[in-house]
Amino acid sequence: MLDLDDYGTSDFFHILKRRHPELLTTLNASDVVSNPHVPESSFRPYEGTTVLAVVYDAGVVMAGDRQATEGYQVGERRIQKVYPVDRHSAIAVAGAAGPCIEMAKLFQVEVEFYEKTEGVSLSLEGQANFLSHLVRANLGLAMQGLIVLPLFAGYDMKRQRGRIFKYDAIGGRYEEDDYYAIGSGGKDARSTLKKRYTPQINRQDALEIVVEALWDAADEDIATGGPDLIRKIFPILYTVTEDGVTEVPEATVEALYREFISRL
Amino acid sequence: MSTPYYVSPEQIRQDKEDFVRRGIAQAKEVVVLEYKDGLLMVAENPRKTTFKLSEIYDRIAFAAAGRIAEYEILRVVGIREAEIKGFRYYREDVTAKWLTNLYSQHMGAVAQAWDAKPLEIELLVCELGTTDAPNDSTLRNNRIYHIAFDGIYSEEEKYAVIGGRATSITEILQQRYTDGLELAAALQLVTDTFQTVEAEAEDEYQITPQTIEVACLEQTVERRKFRRLATDEVTALLS
Repeated sequence: MLDLDDYGTSDFFHILKRRHPELLTTLNASDVVSNPHVPESSFRPYEGTTVLAVVYDAGVVMAGDRQATEGYQVGERRIQKVYPVDRHSAIAVAGAAGPCIEMAKLFQVEVEFYEKTEGVSLSLEGQANFLSHLVRANLGLAMQGLIVLPLFAGYDMKRQRGRIFKYDAIGGRYEEDDYYAIGSGGKDARSTLKKRYTPQINRQDALEIVVEALWDAADEDIATGGPDLIRKIFPILYTVTEDGVTEVPEATVEALYREFISRL
Repeated sequence: MSTPYYVSPEQIRQDKEDFVRRGIAQAKEVVVLEYKDGLLMVAENPRKTTFKLSEIYDRIAFAAAGRIAEYEILRVVGIREAEIKGFRYYREDVTAKWLTNLYSQHMGAVAQAWDAKPLEIELLVCELGTTDAPNDSTLRNNRIYHIAFDGIYSEEEKYAVIGGRATSITEILQQRYTDGLELAAALQLVTDTFQTVEAEAEDEYQITPQTIEVACLEQTVERRKFRRLATDEVTALLS
């Protein structure tokens, strides 16, 4: 017979913890790093990122570069750091790549599971709060250096505007009104956004300053990848509006970069 | 101590079947039917939040007739198990066949338990075929599984009906169903069929956009194929 015990909870994370803990990231980093058979220098998770979000008049745009680094080496050129969550929200992740992707996936399943079992979407505020728990659950790994920090953005259907939430390593949740950027190149991206951002910016201008901020981050931070015009690898941009989460087509992103470079 | 009465296994089975049949006889019907872009699901249901049709997973949907308290828990558990399987392996590895087996085992076990009453429900588990599979692949086929109260299930083609008057509705569909219907035509066919059956009923149930629940699994949308049609959209399709 099916185990009908969890009826009443719409929390997928709780169900996994209770019934299938093996599916959660339980890797204890101290075991790996302090294991005498594994030299400390050989354990280098993929990391390095710039991800950002900018509120504009119709919602919010979220973007991230594509590179993951392994120490001083390029680990991966096409990694995805921004993921749609539901019809009105998206998550971007910075930190150790493996746990980052896992957190984004788990969060997406969590929100969808809630929606399907309850028959209504989890509110944006509810999603933002839940993400705090996921970050906090990762504290053990974070203390060992495998930190995962998400940036969360969405369109609030009640308030009719885009909203951005950032987190600290122990799950503190803070809202940003205009823009924010995290990751190793986050500070450089924020500097650009600070100079170029104006309230009630339109979509086109928002996309332009996003591209510029990611360019500056890649310029200053070795762990952030810039546009790769030869391999045709460009940052991933999503817009989140009342109508849903839409990926900005690659051709548009390429055009934005070519236009930007021509002005340098 | 008195000797317990002997009851033959056939008699026990027959009693349970009669008991469930009386329960299901009062259940309003649900029809699932293949149309041009996918599978259309229609239920007689005037309520706005207690649904008989539900999304389970990307390409999989669920329809139920009978006691809501008994199928609602199976619906939620189905979503849970599907999400766990998809999280463990890959989203495409979650199939209607697998889910049907899961439900079938559970319903069968309940029906056979000596200390439990059988579930007074019938289920349909539907899955939309994949259009990007090779042309001769069976993955392209839509799938509809009908699960009876005792866990016995069958694979249906083109359409399936559950509920009290399933047999009468199936007979009408056998005569009137054609392949490749547009969404509006398919919906019209189901509502006409409901109306025909209701006209013969003692306390007739008015079939209007407000008294039916409509959803579909459609090929034209992205990953999550299940879509619930709002009353306005149903009205527009039927006019």
